[in-house]
Amino acid sequence: TVKMKSVFFIELLSVVCFLLLTQAGAKNSEDIRCKCICPPYRDIEGQIYKQNVSLKDCNCLHVVEPMPVDGKDVEAYCLRCECKYEERSSGTIKGTIIMYLSILGLLLLYMVYLTLLEPMLKRRLFGHSQLIQSDDDVGDQQPFANAHNVLSRSHSRPNMLNKVEHAQQRWRRQVQEQRKSVFDRHVVLS
Amino acid sequence: MESEQLYNRGYCRNSYNSIASASSDEELLDGAGVIMDFHTTEDDNLLDGDAASPGSNYAMSNGGGVASSSTHLLDFLEEPIPGVGTYDDFHTIDWVREKCKDRERHRKINSKKKESAWEFTKSLYDAWSGWLVVTLTGLASGALAGLIDIAADWMNDLKEGVCLSAMWFNHEQCCWTSNETTFAERDKCPQWKSWAELILGQAEGPGSYIMNYFMYIYWALSFAFLAVCLVKVFAPYACGSGIPEIKTILSGFIIRGYLGKWTLMIKTITLVLAVASGLSLGKEGPLVHVACCCGNIFSYLFPKYSKNEAKKREVLSAASAAGVSVAFGAPIGGVLFSLEEVSYYFPLKTLWRSFFAALVAAFVLRSINPFGNSRLVLFYVEYHTPWYLFELIPFILLGVFGGLWGAFFIRANIAWCRRRKSTRFGKYPVLEVILVAAITAVVAFPNPYTRQNTSELIKELFTDCGPLESSQLCQYRSQMNGSKAFTETPNRPAGPGVYAAMWQLCLALIFKIIMTIFTFGLKVPSGLFIPSMAIGAIAGRIVGIAVEQLAYYHHDWFLFKEWCEVGADCITPGLYAMVGAAACLGGVTRMTVSLVVIVFELTGGLEYIVPLMAAVMTSKWVGDAFGREGIYEAHIRLNGYPFLDAKEEFTHTTLAREVMRPRRSDPPLAVLTQDDLTVEELQGIINETSYNGFPVIVSKESQRLVGFALRRDITIAIENARRKQEGIMLNSRVYFTQHAPTLPADSPRPLKLRSILDMSPFTVTDHTPMEIVVDIFRKLGLRQCLVTHNGIVLGIITKKNILEHLEELKQHSEPLAAPWYYHKKRYPSSHGSNGKPRSRVHHVQLVRSFQDGRAGGDDSDEEAVHLLDGSNL
Repeated sequence: TVKMKSVFFIELLSVVCFLLLTQAGAKNSEDIRCKCICPPYRDIEGQIYKQNVSLKDCNCLHVVEPMPVDGKDVEAYCLRCECKYEERSSGTIKGTIIMYLSILGLLLLYMVYLTLLEPMLKRRLFGHSQLIQSDDDVGDQQPFANAHNVLSRSHSRPNMLNKVEHAQQRWRRQVQEQRKSVFDRHVVLS
Repeated sequence: MESEQLYNRGYCRNSYNSIASASSDEELLDGAGVIMDFHTTEDDNLLDGDAASPGSNYAMSNGGGVASSSTHLLDFLEEPIPGVGTYDDFHTIDWVREKCKDRERHRKINSKKKESAWEFTKSLYDAWSGWLVVTLTGLASGALAGLIDIAADWMNDLKEGVCLSAMWFNHEQCCWTSNETTFAERDKCPQWKSWAELILGQAEGPGSYIMNYFMYIYWALSFAFLAVCLVKVFAPYACGSGIPEIKTILSGFIIRGYLGKWTLMIKTITLVLAVASGLSLGKEGPLVHVACCCGNIFSYLFPKYSKNEAKKREVLSAASAAGVSVAFGAPIGGVLFSLEEVSYYFPLKTLWRSFFAALVAAFVLRSINPFGNSRLVLFYVEYHTPWYLFELIPFILLGVFGGLWGAFFIRANIAWCRRRKSTRFGKYPVLEVILVAAITAVVAFPNPYTRQNTSELIKELFTDCGPLESSQLCQYRSQMNGSKAFTETPNRPAGPGVYAAMWQLCLALIFKIIMTIFTFGLKVPSGLFIPSMAIGAIAGRIVGIAVEQLAYYHHDWFLFKEWCEVGADCITPGLYAMVGAAACLGGVTRMTVSLVVIVFELTGGLEYIVPLMAAVMTSKWVGDAFGREGIYEAHIRLNGYPFLDAKEEFTHTTLAREVMRPRRSDPPLAVLTQDDLTVEELQGIINETSYNGFPVIVSKESQRLVGFALRRDITIAIENARRKQEGIMLNSRVYFTQHAPTLPADSPRPLKLRSILDMSPFTVTDHTPMEIVVDIFRKLGLRQCLVTHNGIVLGIITKKNILEHLEELKQHSEPLAAPWYYHKKRYPSSHGSNGKPRSRVHHVQLVRSFQDGRAGGDDSDEEAVHLLDGSNL
């Protein structure tokens, strides 16, 4: 359980890091804008104005320039305009996309390794016999094998490497089982 | 095959089943206070005396008043066996037992609290862990939702082009500061390059159109392919919407790995790919699954939740609220969704925690600000135009449409999914996804309303035509020529743009309807909310524009004359889209309260609650007329999950005896005796049968019930004893009693299995009406219940038996009159004078060696047999 806890703390940490990252995506000056949309007025076409101004300056008078109408019409023109203050955090977006793509890339690499490279390597190293042996692992059918599993889980294993290998094996068996129940037997999620 | 085994299960209440240190189980059985010794008393005496004993057992062990510390006093020699009290994959949990376990843990902590400062801190930590875990869940699901939103927007725009100045920006962010000032150019900017511009160097013309078309299909296919491959290789459980499974899990079912780390990661990653691939699916349902994964993972940090399946489900309820909260930006709607749609057991404490989790999640998402509009949702409407009473008619019509669509969709989708489940066609999940994605992409591209992201489409349909809008939907002919054309926005005749848009919307509607049926259930993460809402919004917008034009051309009708003055704005097509979206979603999911709250939080349209309610209610009525279950219940039933719906009413008058196993034609019930089995015989029984639990009876002569032992616990206990205890051989005697039976001197050491025996199994008599049994199962969340007659165990009812029975009744519900009369006649006779159960001899299977001792047992319930013989079936 120590290992499990550490894994969760790492996950927790990564989530916190992500949160910090989103906050720390410092307010770039590019990241605020005031967008004014002014509908057609008399013979002037509808216009969109964007300015890099702060919230308090986000109104038609500050943003719309050059002003398409002259003095006395400014008020009438501006009344129709709608100004919206918007902000974003480009740092968050950049960080998110890069993080997403790197995780996706890693997963794809691992997928290629699992589906293509590993069977090939195994075949080259051990020949066919090993493959067949590892496939017919039917221990789960016996009623007492399950108890065996549960009890052996509580025993400590000697070293880290074994542990990782064991965890990986277990994960693989789980995925195998899931694949069987979803894609072959259609018991769940169909 | 597997689903057969999903249900059969037993359980034990190992830790709190000792009643008091002084009492043995013989005393326990005697509820009236008369102490009887089973070894000396005749069975006939007991038959009268033990009528009250099951009841008193319940009161003692399930009422929570057990002084359970005595367990440890009694069994201080036995260390707890690891693994006992846990569940196998695809098994149902026992809510009663889990709640008792938690109360006992709580008592232990409370009693230790005053011992030291450290213990006090631990108790504080324990008390706060509930809030901590929902906070963490809220934080994580908010952050993940932000990630998914940002990444999905970016990938979706990747199908059209790329931002040259900064790769990581989507179209809108790319043109953040561009100076394209005219309406026509509002979506263009030099930094954003479409693929045709990049590859061919030209933005216009047929060549670039074909190039864009090709790139669109290429990206859609590669995203879909990646998604389904990742799902298949790493986490098959990450496919689908997840809500039916979460519903089942929350009702007390174990699906190992369904809420695990890999599922979380793959679901998050592939959800983005699936949404970006342009398939007709949404991210809202899967986000609930993602949030539940977070809840499950964080609950491992706290022993209070990691070791107790019932408590864990409280966290999952809160997590699903957080999931909807971030999916729609509707925190209150999320809480109500969890209450109305997902949760099974929802105490007030969970309500507050769900509320808090939804709050935290919404806060995090808001601070990430994924849409750049400082709002939680993409489609926030800002109009506040009033609606008029006569508009209720079109709203109700939209409700009817929503209900019809919902019923049709559920039928069609279930039929398709059944086909996928049962025929060879289901063997090619990757090919299916590719095919559907290809068809979607090829058909979707030419139509601008299907090409764009579904959320954007909904946003556009919800938005009212103001002077600021430049979309095709708003190209009305100006009735006054010249300068004052756009100054006011009354109802206007539709221009050519609107007519074109109507055609495109109709085509989009048909396309969406067809594609959604085939998309929901693909082996990629796929939600249903957004496509349903899109269909409703399209239909609503069409109706809205039609009503608007009607009002314009026939403003002298009395309906319009009263409310719509000429030149005044009286119909808001965007509102119709909103109502239609709610109606369609209501028709599909059959939600009511939560749906209205979600839609009004989503759009901010507080004034429109009455139209929304009218439409949603109508859609539920119409939908229910064609079939009572929503899409999630239908999928639960399709997959055969053991979900006992609390909403359905049980109206039949069958008795427990007719539902219990074994049936008349079946081999007799497998039971264990409390002190004369050997390890070998016990293993023999376990190997020969596939039952998940065995009733334990006193002896072959008196077949009175002692308790119930779980298959899983027995196997674990035997294996454990073999490893740890010396002298356990195959011919060791197994006993469930307090004291070891007297054995010959040369026999090997006996094995005590009392700690795994559940001494307070729920029992009902064979004449209990099924409505009561179903109620007990629903309200207490039992796994199984034993059926007794005069204290003698006759059979067992499991959750699966009840579900099978319900299914049977549903199929035979047409000839209502006959069974009703049949049961009515015999119903009042719960005293046993009608209907003849088999004598228990045939029910109870004793181990081979006991079969010869049957005669003695028969005598004992002579009275019962005699009574029951009075009538014939």
